Amino acid sequence: MKCQLSKKLRNNLIRICVVLAAFVVVFATDKAIGLAEAVGGKYGWLLPFFLYLGVYLAIAYDVLWKAVRNILGGELFDENLLMCIASLGAFGLAIFRSVKGMPAEGFEEACAVILFYQIGEFFQSYAVGKSRSGISELMDIRPDSANVIRDGEAISVSPEEVAIGELILINPGEKVPLDGRIEEGASSFDLRALTGESLPKDMGAGDMAISGSVNLTSSVKVRVEKEFHDSTASKILELVENAADKKAVAENFITRFARFYTPAVVAVALLLAIIPSVVTGDWISWIYRALSFLVVSCPCALVISVPLSFFAGIGAASRYGILVKGSAYLERLNKANIFVFDKTGTLTKGAFAVTKVVPEERWDELLHLAAMAEQGSSHPIARSICELAGECQSDCALVNEAGMGVIATSQGHEILVGNFKLMQAHGIVCYPAEDVGTAVYVAKDGEYRGYILVEDLPKDEAKEVVAALNASGKTVMLTGDNEAVARKIATELGVSAYKASLLPADKVDEVEALLAAKGKRDALCYVGDGINDAPVLMRSDIGVAMGGLGSDAAIEASDIVLMKDDLRALPLAKRIAKRTYAVVMQNIVFALAVKLVILLLSAFGITNMWMAVFGDVGVAFLAILNAMRVNTKRGYEAKSPKPKIAK
Amino acid sequence: MKKVFKMQDLDCAMCAEKMRARIAKLDGVQFVSVDFMSQRMTIEAEEKDFDALMDEIKRICKKIEPDCKIVC
Repeated sequence: MKCQLSKKLRNNLIRICVVLAAFVVVFATDKAIGLAEAVGGKYGWLLPFFLYLGVYLAIAYDVLWKAVRNILGGELFDENLLMCIASLGAFGLAIFRSVKGMPAEGFEEACAVILFYQIGEFFQSYAVGKSRSGISELMDIRPDSANVIRDGEAISVSPEEVAIGELILINPGEKVPLDGRIEEGASSFDLRALTGESLPKDMGAGDMAISGSVNLTSSVKVRVEKEFHDSTASKILELVENAADKKAVAENFITRFARFYTPAVVAVALLLAIIPSVVTGDWISWIYRALSFLVVSCPCALVISVPLSFFAGIGAASRYGILVKGSAYLERLNKANIFVFDKTGTLTKGAFAVTKVVPEERWDELLHLAAMAEQGSSHPIARSICELAGECQSDCALVNEAGMGVIATSQGHEILVGNFKLMQAHGIVCYPAEDVGTAVYVAKDGEYRGYILVEDLPKDEAKEVVAALNASGKTVMLTGDNEAVARKIATELGVSAYKASLLPADKVDEVEALLAAKGKRDALCYVGDGINDAPVLMRSDIGVAMGGLGSDAAIEASDIVLMKDDLRALPLAKRIAKRTYAVVMQNIVFALAVKLVILLLSAFGITNMWMAVFGDVGVAFLAILNAMRVNTKRGYEAKSPKPKIAK
Repeated sequence: MKKVFKMQDLDCAMCAEKMRARIAKLDGVQFVSVDFMSQRMTIEAEEKDFDALMDEIKRICKKIEPDCKIVC
């Protein structure tokens, strides 16, 4: 394991190790031969006292100093002060006992309190630092420089200095500094830092190079289309950096709780030291119990482990190309049980494909005619037909009939390509197709030739994802398409409900209605592609935008961005949210329970200060280890059997 | 206006919460968040008050955690 400690941490570690060794030596000799008895006499206790005092000062000087400083600054309930009172008090008691001629003991406890407190603090800093560097590693997408081509020469400049329209050179191994279109060359790009996708993507001239991805194989020249502060890498970094503003309920709860927990325990400790002592007259044991109380009063374990868990959860998600804008959304996603989907581009591919060719005579002739007429169009339906037909001549004169289709004239022939209305308008005899989808009718020289069915197909993973989400709630599909298309897709995917023929504004109303109808414990998650549905994304409890790469509007309006256009990231994000929340709850319950038990036991004098040290440091240790479990290397992928490879 | 500051060596979670609570009480601060994990502070306030507020905020942070530096 690679671990780089900051200088401050490393020095601290050395100090802790040295002091710990010294402590063990003193402690072992004291227990083995009894230092006080070895010297003997009335002042024999001074030997162990000074040895332990040396150890104590070596490890506690900074805590003591901080405590003094905080008292001067008016901070009373400070963990440093509490630790000082507890340890100095324990020292005081031990001295008192020794002077009174009782067996010299208790010095080791005073040392141990501070020593283990310091070990705990060190471990916290280490864990937090490690988890921070884990995130910044993942978010290592900030480009350092750009090779801009000016006057035929490539010069290295800061990405901020490159203007839109300039040409930049990206060598293999370099990060793409700015978004732009590839003009020259082709290469493979590693998008892992952005999408979590480990397979490199091959791109060539005309494709969009996205900042933050890494060029792998060969040099390409890219025409810059966005300034640095608008580029994908900057947007993502901004998002991650601002993620802290939206804190989870559990996180806020625990910091508020900590604010009154410590004063309350201190107050009880004070009562415990005074009242029973006055009644029984046994000051030593009751003050001792009160001091143990103080050791447990530190809420560090909770205060650190909760944000650490959420941070780890956000980190785990970002490794899969899921950007979460704050711990609040991770918490809400765990509760999410109503999933509302936009249809086009979210559940479906958002790209049309020819699914059926129904000719009167020959299907290749039909396809050819349609492709000839649609050649010049950039409409997605036209593109899907041309894609299937392949190359064909385009020497025809085209006339657009708005809302109906196209009339092409080629070598004296008139070709009509369009919807049923176009056919009727031109008096062509044919029947409307019964299939669900968009039918493109074709006629040549007034004679009907057949129709081509074009559909927007569901994504391959959509069915499995909908099934997984149905298991924990319900799924609703909203679409602007007509009833027949909506019903077909809804049945095929198995969504629990759907609404068709909605205008963008209607979607907001639908979501409002669902929000009004939901119970208190339900959470509504809207999933869209970020195009046209920004208002809905903002209105829902959790707005999830899909395929965030390249869509700024989606990144801004949503709470969670799935960088990769893959629906499976949704149940995956939910699993991460669930695990994170479970760990947070475990930590809160476990830490509070252990502390409470130790408080009770020490109030009755059943435990000693060693137990109290465990209640503070041990619990913090375990809670932090538990929190770090959230961001483990694996364990969030869907549990599906691995494909068998034939030998 | 909203500004984000990086905080170097913000080492304790309770300190971050204390800073947040104190800064939130200042007149003119519309929103404040001090995040221990990402070591960032977000302040939202009127532009004209910002400089004066920042002096006060720096003083508060210094008092709570002397090692901690605010970097713009």
